[in-house]
Order: sequence, then structure tokens, then C-alpha cells
Amino acid sequence: MVGNDHDTAFVKFDRVQKSYDGETLVVKDLNLGIGKGEFMTMLGPSGSGKTTCLMMLAGFETATFGDILLDGKPINNIPPHKRGIGMVFQNYALFPHMTVGENLSFPLEVRGMGKDEREKKVKRALDMVEMGKFGGRRPAQLSGGQQQRIALARALVFEPELVLMDEPLGALDKNLREQMQFEIKHIHDNLGVTVVYVTHDQSEALTMSDRIAVFDDGRIQQLATPDDLYERPENAFVAAFIGENNTLRGKVVGVDGDHCTVRLDDGSKVEALAVNIEGEGARSTLSLRPERVSIAPETADNVFEGVVQELIYLGDHIRVRVSVGGNDDFIVKVPNSANGRQVKKGETLKLGWSKADCRALDPS
Amino acid sequence: MAIPSYATPAERVWYYSFRVICGLIFFFLLAPIIIMIPLSFNAQPYFTFTREMVTLNPEGYSLRWYEDLFSSDSWMRSIRNSFIIGIAATFLATTLGTLAALGLSRSQMPFKGLIMGILISPMIVPLIISAAGMFFFFSSVNLAQTYLGVILAHTALGTPFVVITVTATLVGFDHSLTRAAANLGASPTRTFFKITMPLILPGVISGALFAFITSFDEIVIVLFVAGVEQRTIPREMWSGIRESISPTILAVATILVLISIALLTTVELLRRRSERIRGMSPG
Repeated sequence: MVGNDHDTAFVKFDRVQKSYDGETLVVKDLNLGIGKGEFMTMLGPSGSGKTTCLMMLAGFETATFGDILLDGKPINNIPPHKRGIGMVFQNYALFPHMTVGENLSFPLEVRGMGKDEREKKVKRALDMVEMGKFGGRRPAQLSGGQQQRIALARALVFEPELVLMDEPLGALDKNLREQMQFEIKHIHDNLGVTVVYVTHDQSEALTMSDRIAVFDDGRIQQLATPDDLYERPENAFVAAFIGENNTLRGKVVGVDGDHCTVRLDDGSKVEALAVNIEGEGARSTLSLRPERVSIAPETADNVFEGVVQELIYLGDHIRVRVSVGGNDDFIVKVPNSANGRQVKKGETLKLGWSKADCRALDPS
Repeated sequence: MAIPSYATPAERVWYYSFRVICGLIFFFLLAPIIIMIPLSFNAQPYFTFTREMVTLNPEGYSLRWYEDLFSSDSWMRSIRNSFIIGIAATFLATTLGTLAALGLSRSQMPFKGLIMGILISPMIVPLIISAAGMFFFFSSVNLAQTYLGVILAHTALGTPFVVITVTATLVGFDHSLTRAAANLGASPTRTFFKITMPLILPGVISGALFAFITSFDEIVIVLFVAGVEQRTIPREMWSGIRESISPTILAVATILVLISIALLTTVELLRRRSERIRGMSPG
């Protein structure tokens, strides 16, 4: 299902650039292939160019340079209303003067479909999002979550092969958002449509996607599956943007095959996995996930001592902020188990981690 | 807004005098209009209240001036003219004004402020100057003393109202709706008639009503541009006052006041409706 083959991709961005003012590029040389049936998420902070890419795909913005291909055909010169791509907008964009049924019927009417067939399809789409009884309501009479479902049903009712979603869950509260993530994922699995999903919420991206393209500064920083992205970030931006991350900065003093030794700014040395370094003498950012740090290890590649600065109680675990290797914001997660270790503020903790979990990345 | 219990005596005095002042302002505004209504039922050819009218004696009242109005050829012609010119000018002003407002609401439109200023200038330039200009211009292109000439002149006067009301409606218009319509497969024309138009309709209609009232009330341009054939109601009233002082004018005035009230009520109802729809729309 994952379309890694760039040439046979269903949606393909080929050297796409976009500039609004003719000077600064919002999207810089984008190359991306999306496979048929894939759930691809464009993840990035605001202003990273992800929404611009979606708008170019939908046809509301034109690419300044490069080609966008849909099913092998360039679509740069096809107006939005002839592209046949479904879209869920950030604010839902339901037509307020029409009932829910009329909203769903609209794309079918436009396609000249007969009344009976329209009614059948509208009913099926409403049932799919469990809104079968709401066909006669106006959008304003629905809650945010219900409107979101209707927007989803409207984007799918005319059976497009590609559906775009522009931060569709941004306006919902946390519980509803999590529930809708699963529903969207299930609908995607059942229908087999290709989905391009834009979000700035990393947990949303990790939960739903087949692959994630992390955007920053108009470029894809890393394109990978969720687990690869979390466990094997390739640069400091991705490591910091996805999940919680401890950073230690220093200079590479030795490289040995896949591994390297980095001397931190306070003089201590760390063994790490050489992922993205320029060689001996170059500066590097070390990335280490908090859950990969163990307390009082028996043996470890790296053993450090740190003073506990702060404890934050989070129910299932306790976040412990420790100062280690010149970093005062070094986070360690301590599980809140019955026979767990009690940690006190001011205490000196012995910490350890394996060199495989500590990734030496580009200086940031 | 009751007086709060901690109000000082001075605040109490101001509280009541404020209401009295407001009442006087309303009286000043409304009295000349309201006084015409009973006077138009005067049985005598006077512009004052007779003894019978004051004592509410039925003999003091009659419908003779209304009868006069509806049996007079020149009055009937002016009523017909007013409606022909008013409706035609309203139609043109509404179409042009709506299109202009839609164009001006686009973010990529250059020289927005300048174009808006030019479009609403007929509201700001003294009417007599527009009228004199139109008189000379229309005379040289054979539009003076024609229906078309008066209609075009009134269109120019009515368009700014439509531009302003439709622009105001478009401020709250969610442009992602037109994007959604395009995304769902609707052509720009279909999107306009099915999505944009129904949502801005209240603004369009209230603009159209203002344009109609403007044309219906207008006399300066009619004096300059219209001939005898194109006399409208205000023009006929103007000659009526100058040439034959007859309470028929009061009957006409009463009818005009009622029409204006009906139109303004419609505007207000539409405004409420649009507010309701907008308040209900998501986002």
C-alpha cells in the first residue's frame, strides 16, 4: 500500500516550487510521491509550506515552478472544479443556507446525477459517518464534531479517489479529536481512498498515517513511516519536532564506523550513533528520547550523574527534570509503579543510556 | 437601564433630562411627517386643521384629495413614471453594484480604495453638480429628456448604496465556501448562483431598496434631465406646490411615507435574517 516507487506514484510533486511574492520561496524544490490508497500526512509548524502544498494539489494555488501529477497526468492547468478531488476544510466550509442533505447532494447534482441515485448515495454517506438522522438539519444546528463528520461525508460522497484534509480536527476538543482520528482512519481503511492530511499535531500524524512528510522551511525534512520518524529521526529539527526529546550539544572527537564519540561543552564524553554528522571536529546535536534513559543502570554505554531540578506529576509517570552534561532541561520519565523508585528534588541520580539510542545529528 | 441606587441627584436629573431631550429630537424629526397624514384627509382645501377636524367631527374628513389624485392624468402619469424609472434604475444599479462589490472584495484587486471612492462619489458630490454635469453631457449625446437618460442618471445615484451594502455583507462571507463549491465540482457560474448569491442576497436586496428609494425621492436630476413626458412624483409635487396649492400633495405625501415605511421595514427584516444566518454559520 505504501507507494515508495516515485515513478508510479498516484500523486506526484515533481520539483515543485511556490512563491507568493516572486522573491521568497514558500515551497522549495518539493519532490514527493504518494501511493494509491496511502494515508500521507504533511506535518510541520505553521508557515512550513505544508498547507500551500495541499492548496496547490486542490488547485487553489498554482505552482510557480515544477509539475504536480495526478495518476500520471499533469494537473497544473486543470481548474479546481474539474480535478475531482475531495477536500475537508479546516473550518468545515459547510454551506449554511443548505440542509445537511443538500450539502451532500450538491456535488452529485453538479455531476448531473438523478434524484434517486443522489438520495441513495447521500444516505449511504451519512450512515458511514453515523449521521443518518441528521439529513434535514442545518449545519448551524449541529455541534462541531457533527459538522466535522458532515464535512467528511461531503468530501467522500462523490467517491473521489483522492481526499485532502486541511487540519480537519483542529477545532475539536481533545477527546473528540482522538475519537475522530480513529474514525477517519477506519473510513480510510474501508474505502481505500488516498488521503493527504495536513496537520501541525504530531500525535495526530503518528496515529493515523502510513507515511509522514515532516515540513520545515519549505522543504521535506524527512519522509518516513511513523515509527521510523520517531525512533530514527535524521536531523535535529525532526528529532525536536516529533515527540519529546533531550538534546545535548558538543563536538565530534572520534568516529568509529557507525558510532562516534562526542565531547559535550562541559567536557564529558558521550558515545552515540553517527547519523548525520560532518566528521571529526564538527559540532553535533545529540538526540535522546526521555523513555530511553534508565535510572541507576547496572551497565550502560553512557553513564552520567545529574541533579534533580524539578518533578512534574503526570499520573501514569513522573517527569523528572535533571541537569546533565550542561543541559538543565534533561527530562527523564519515571514510571509511577507501586514498587517504583522515589525520586526527590535535589537528589543526585545516576543515569544511563545505550549508544544506539543516542543519535548524533546535525548542529542546530 | 434603570437608575442605579448609588446615583447622585445630579445624575438623576441628567437621567430624566436625557430622555426628554431624546423625545424632543424624535418629535422634531417626526412631527412634520406625521402631521401630513391627518391633513391629507381634510374636507376643505386648506393646509391647516379645521374646527371640524379638531373636534373629530366625521364631516371634517374626506377622501376627496385621494380621489383627486387617482383621477388626475398628470398625477397618474407621474406615478407610472416614478415606478418605471425607479424599477429600471434599481435593476441596473443592483446588477452593477453587486458585481463591483464582488470584485472589490477580492484580495488581489489593485487600487481598491481609489475605485471604491470613485464608485461612491455620486453619494458625496453635491447633487446639483452631478445634475448639471449630466444635463450638459446628456444634451450632447441626445439622452436629455428621455427615459433612458433619467434611468441612467438614477442608476449612477443608486449604485453606491448597493456597493456599500453588498460589500458589508461580503465582509462576513466565508470565502472557503466558494473554494468548497469548486472542490465539489461546481463551475464558477454555478458557485455564484448556488452559493454566493443566496448568502449575500440580504445585502443585495437592501441595497436594491435603497437604490429604489433614492430614485423614487429624487427631484434635482429630474428637474435637469427629464422632460414633461418623464415627470416623476416628486417633480409633479414640486409643480403642484408652485402652481396650484392643493391638498392632493398631502395625499401623495402620505402614500409616499407609507411606501417608505414598508421598504425600510423590509430592509430591517432582511438585516435580521442575514444576521441570523451569519450567526449560525460555522467558524
